[in-house]
Amino acid sequence: MAKVYIDNKEYEVPEGKNMLEVCLSLGLDLTYFCWHPAMDSVGACRQCAVMAYRDENDTRGRLTMACMMDAVDGARISILDDRSKEFRAENIESLMINHPHDCAVCDEGGECHLQDMTIMSGHNYRRYRFKKRTHVNQDLGPFVKHEMNRCIQCYRCVRFYNDYAGGKDFGVFASSGRVFFGRSEEGTLESEFSGNLVEVCPTGVFTDKTLHKHYTRKWDLTSAPSVCQQCAVGCNTLSSERYGKIRRTMTRYNGDVNGYFLCDRGRFGYEYVNDEKRLTRVAQKNQTSGLDAFEAIKAHLATKPKMIGIGSPRASLESNFMLRQLVGADNFYLGINKIEAEVVKSVYDVLQNGKVRTPSLGEVENYDTVFVLGEDVTNTAPMIALGLRQASRTLPKEKAFALKIQKWNDAAIREVVQDDKGPFFIATPYATRLEDIATGVHYGNTEDLVNTAMKVAEGIAKGSSAGSDFIKETVEALMASKKPLIVSGSGMMSQDIILAAAKIAESLQDAGKDVGIVYAIPEVNSMGTAMMGNAGALEDAMQRTAEDKNTTAIVLETDLYYRADEASATSFLNNCNHVILLDSMENSTTPMVDYILPSGTFAESDGTCVNNEGRAQRYYQVFKPNNDMLSSWAWLDMMINQTTEARPFDNIVSEMTTALPVFSAIRDLAPDADFRIGTQKIPRQTHRFSGRTSSAANISVHEEKPPVDVDSPLSYTMEGYHGNPPSADIPFYWAPGWNSVQSINKYQIEVGGPLHGGNPGVRLIEPNKNGTIQFNGRKDIKGKGQFEVLPSWLIYGSGEMSAQSPAVAKRVPEAVITMSDKTMASKGISEHQLIKISHPKGEIALPVHACSSVPDNVLLVPYGLKNTMGIQFPFNTDLE
Amino acid sequence: MNDTLFHILIIVGVLLGSVTIAAGLIYVERKMLAVWQQRKGPNRVGPFGIFQVLADMVKIFFKEDWIPPFVDKKLFIVAPTIIMLTILMSFAIIPFAPSWVVADLNIGLLFVLAMSSLGAYTIILAGWSSNNKYSLLGGVRGAAQMISYEVFMGLSIMGVVIQTGSFRLTDIVEAQQNIWFVIPQFIGFIIFLIAGVAETHRLPFDLPEAESELIAGFHSEYSGMKFGMFFVGEYLGITLVSALITVLFFGGWLGPAFLPPIIWFLIKMFCFILFFVLLRATLPRPRYDQLMSYGWKLLLPLALLNVLVTGAIVLLNA
Amino acid sequence: MFSSLRSLWMVFLKMFSKRVTIEYPEQKAYLAPRWRGRIVLTRDPDGNERCVACNLCAAVCPTDCISLQATEDENDRRYPDYFRINFSRCIFCGLCEDACPTYAIQLIPDFEMGEYNRQNLVYEKEDLLISGMGKYHGYSYYEQAGVAVGVKPKGGGENELDPVDVRTLLP
Repeated sequence: MAKVYIDNKEYEVPEGKNMLEVCLSLGLDLTYFCWHPAMDSVGACRQCAVMAYRDENDTRGRLTMACMMDAVDGARISILDDRSKEFRAENIESLMINHPHDCAVCDEGGECHLQDMTIMSGHNYRRYRFKKRTHVNQDLGPFVKHEMNRCIQCYRCVRFYNDYAGGKDFGVFASSGRVFFGRSEEGTLESEFSGNLVEVCPTGVFTDKTLHKHYTRKWDLTSAPSVCQQCAVGCNTLSSERYGKIRRTMTRYNGDVNGYFLCDRGRFGYEYVNDEKRLTRVAQKNQTSGLDAFEAIKAHLATKPKMIGIGSPRASLESNFMLRQLVGADNFYLGINKIEAEVVKSVYDVLQNGKVRTPSLGEVENYDTVFVLGEDVTNTAPMIALGLRQASRTLPKEKAFALKIQKWNDAAIREVVQDDKGPFFIATPYATRLEDIATGVHYGNTEDLVNTAMKVAEGIAKGSSAGSDFIKETVEALMASKKPLIVSGSGMMSQDIILAAAKIAESLQDAGKDVGIVYAIPEVNSMGTAMMGNAGALEDAMQRTAEDKNTTAIVLETDLYYRADEASATSFLNNCNHVILLDSMENSTTPMVDYILPSGTFAESDGTCVNNEGRAQRYYQVFKPNNDMLSSWAWLDMMINQTTEARPFDNIVSEMTTALPVFSAIRDLAPDADFRIGTQKIPRQTHRFSGRTSSAANISVHEEKPPVDVDSPLSYTMEGYHGNPPSADIPFYWAPGWNSVQSINKYQIEVGGPLHGGNPGVRLIEPNKNGTIQFNGRKDIKGKGQFEVLPSWLIYGSGEMSAQSPAVAKRVPEAVITMSDKTMASKGISEHQLIKISHPKGEIALPVHACSSVPDNVLLVPYGLKNTMGIQFPFNTDLE
Repeated sequence: MNDTLFHILIIVGVLLGSVTIAAGLIYVERKMLAVWQQRKGPNRVGPFGIFQVLADMVKIFFKEDWIPPFVDKKLFIVAPTIIMLTILMSFAIIPFAPSWVVADLNIGLLFVLAMSSLGAYTIILAGWSSNNKYSLLGGVRGAAQMISYEVFMGLSIMGVVIQTGSFRLTDIVEAQQNIWFVIPQFIGFIIFLIAGVAETHRLPFDLPEAESELIAGFHSEYSGMKFGMFFVGEYLGITLVSALITVLFFGGWLGPAFLPPIIWFLIKMFCFILFFVLLRATLPRPRYDQLMSYGWKLLLPLALLNVLVTGAIVLLNA
Repeated sequence: MFSSLRSLWMVFLKMFSKRVTIEYPEQKAYLAPRWRGRIVLTRDPDGNERCVACNLCAAVCPTDCISLQATEDENDRRYPDYFRINFSRCIFCGLCEDACPTYAIQLIPDFEMGEYNRQNLVYEKEDLLISGMGKYHGYSYYEQAGVAVGVKPKGGGENELDPVDVRTLLP
């Protein structure tokens, strides 16, 4: 701890921080632009100027940038000194010289860091009367809107896009007053993290294009804490609604998971919630829809038919549990194929029974050596890839720290680090987007990769390595490291890969390393459903209905045609004598079922998800839709109890935690629904929420009573406690004078640290110190043939729901079969030629694309696109 | 003429006459307030708006007779009838002209005082039975105010009684053949006037129903014809006090012979009614404590002094 | 006491002064141009809607009786998709006019808006929009703003330099 003096007041602060961080952590208001808690200081904008004094006798002081000043013992500054105040106001005035008169039509207006800082600095009158500099904008694709006129040259965008996220197609151009931030040529931003520019930019240069289409000011949004549903990482998000439509997704800070950032799939993949294809009414096949159909369902269930339930990895734990309660544990199946179920189960097994701990996403950055096995992390779990990029700088940064450069001094650190990369090895079936930071890469098919991994594991165990250079280098680097990290996942749909990665980690643990292992898994609640216990896979359910046709199937949030091939799905649906579907969107399954119950997505329901790390996280309903939509668990609860109103969420959770002790920690995950601050609930709406007496006045001028939320401590109105709520229940970030996302500073114990009350979420999985992993070699792959067909993953496309969002859909590429140049040459196939390959349940025809990195015995088919859905990877095939 | 028939005629005449006058006052008050405030007043219903009263009556009769669920029902209904009853009873002893009197009691003045004391119940009961904090406050204020001002009101007319030697109102009028009591009993007149305003809780002494503080006070919860009764009761009160002032201090029906006595009486009475309206048009409402200290610290000693002096002079002359 | 009597006398004398009553509706009172009455949406000098759907009026409204939704035309010009004022809630405080950065929303000297049915007091954009500029003439927000929305090219607005040539190396 260091003692510092700010405006002659003594404060105890942690060491190794800069003065700006210290001031903000203490809750003092100081203006800044270029500094960002995740990207540290460069001292570029000169906005955090304070007076620094030598000692208590120094009355003159000197202007210093707080962000570049070490908060050492005895440091003495003044924020309130008139000269520093004047300097900050003048500085902002010059930054504002060219700022256009745009606020009224600017999407940042009302949550603009520049607005906040301008008001905070006291600058309020434009004296400059000359002409303003203008820029021509670029079209940066479907996600981000560009308006360069508004730029104040803080350089945060390039620092994030290039330095932090490793982007290559963005930069700063021209000089002096003409400085321009954008691409060298107009075009779509390539980085998977481009959406963070929206939050990183202190003003409106980069804004959310999906929000722009249905623009709403921040103060008019009804928001709730949510969890991203687009992959298994479970990033924390804020989902916001207005007039019954979800308007945008923003980062919800969670230091243990996603920190300040989100990937573009998570940020822009929410739009399917507003789709016209949403199911909104209870429906019965060939009948008029309406709540009568639900009575018919209940009447049918009252006859106690034979039932099976199909659970879903994209439904909440509670929904899956209630389905399991309804049909009985023996009749509960997971709506995923056998291979996927096995893969996820073995991930759970490794994390639960192995001795290696899986780190949180937030911890990933701290590892110094990385080995990626078989996983295209950027496309399957993008935020892990962002963390890995930071991890690759851990060792190089040590060099800078050795030179006594402070931890926060980003500019100096980069000067020392230059292009140095930490040890980073990738063994995958094809080139991934992390190639640029890799120090060694290896491509191979499943067999090859498993063998490579086993050799690495053996090498570590023996202390010496044999085999290719890649193996030798990897073993050496892992042996030399302090904190190695093994990254793998379900991307190759191979249990062997999972176990091989676990073996490497285990051998590193045995060698005394502080090793971590991270698995990417397919879907938001894959881990949760795996933890529920021994449920059969979709194939088992199909087999059972084929044998006993007098079965009622209750299908929970599963598109059978997405999970299985067309023929199997159709015969399953025909075999069942009744099919009740609970889902949120029209898909290939919906026309085939007897009853449809519209279930809410993350926006219209409450629930709990367990991410790839085993962290249970609660998401909250954002708004009450004015149709039949309910949380799936609510429908199921009414079906179990034959009632017309579901029990509150808390009752379901306590029933679940009693029945399944593995989830018992979920009880304390978030405050109960009867939690109050004083007597008040936590409002989902800001205190400035507008239009309450008018937005529904076209329907009736008599205002309706706002809906009551019995499932959570949040209210659907603006009435309630407007202060810091418990960390799991933060619906939006705002503090007096801080309207932008930077107000997050006020919710943290210290800037960049955990939230007040601790970061939300509880880990359900901890490793077993004495455990060991059994790995008995490879299993056979279905089908015979020369080529192994593996899924290629697409950040935009491979997500079942996110791909249906218009903005994301624009980025979904054409489905192609990717093969190596050599294969193409030997088989006489040309680029874009349509070829047919057969898989165990049928065949597909797609154009061909060449890729030099793909091994000669591997074909890649994109996972989950419209014309490739239902295919079960991996399989072997031949080319004619 | 048959004495009984004459009596019945008088009774009916007084009853109808006083109620009609009270109703008419609704129009008069609105019109005169307007006149003194440079406005035009009611001018839409009939010529000069004279049918305004009719329109108001029709309206008030057709209003829903709403009894809030939280009130003490019996008392709530009884309260407004008391004021009508007591004031109409008081009219029984007013001599409008020689022998035009319902009951020429020899304790007439005491009867009036007794009746006006009963009037306090209407306010207390209405305020209390409404079961509403504003009404209760109004009721308490009204009770305290009426009990206080009753004292000076009684004392202020003792001078008149001493000079006349009788409580009978006809005697009092006859005693003013030579000089109206307003001259010898000027202080008594002033006190009686002020106490009369307070007793009828008219502006500026309308604290029991102060709109700006108590949302209409004791009759907040009343509507329709029950409210109408309070309303008419108030105007009956004005008429009664004006009639009493006329009788006690301005010679009742006495006047030059070119007009019949009843007309003289009515002219005098109307002058005071108009004065009441002028008071409302002019004076602001005092604070409640001011009202009470004004009564007890100024009017009471003054009234006692008046009785003392009058008594002394009468003794001296005897 | 004396002052009370004097007041009584003075009020009594008012009986003989001239009446101030204006007999509405036969006679109409003079309403100042800045009188806060019915709310209208005005157009800019080119005849386009002035409202840019910035939501400031809705935010400042103390009775929350204004609601709108922003949308854009093919030139990215932002305008309200719908604009609704619930006059049964409006208190005619004029804060919306104060808050409006484009002079779009204005209060005019008209108050004769009585309705028998409350629902009729809900005014939509078509009811609010007038064809003129209202009280403030000649102002066009998009001429001043930095965005190019079909009104002017980038750099063509008032007080704007031509767009920067990013590729030049000249100082």
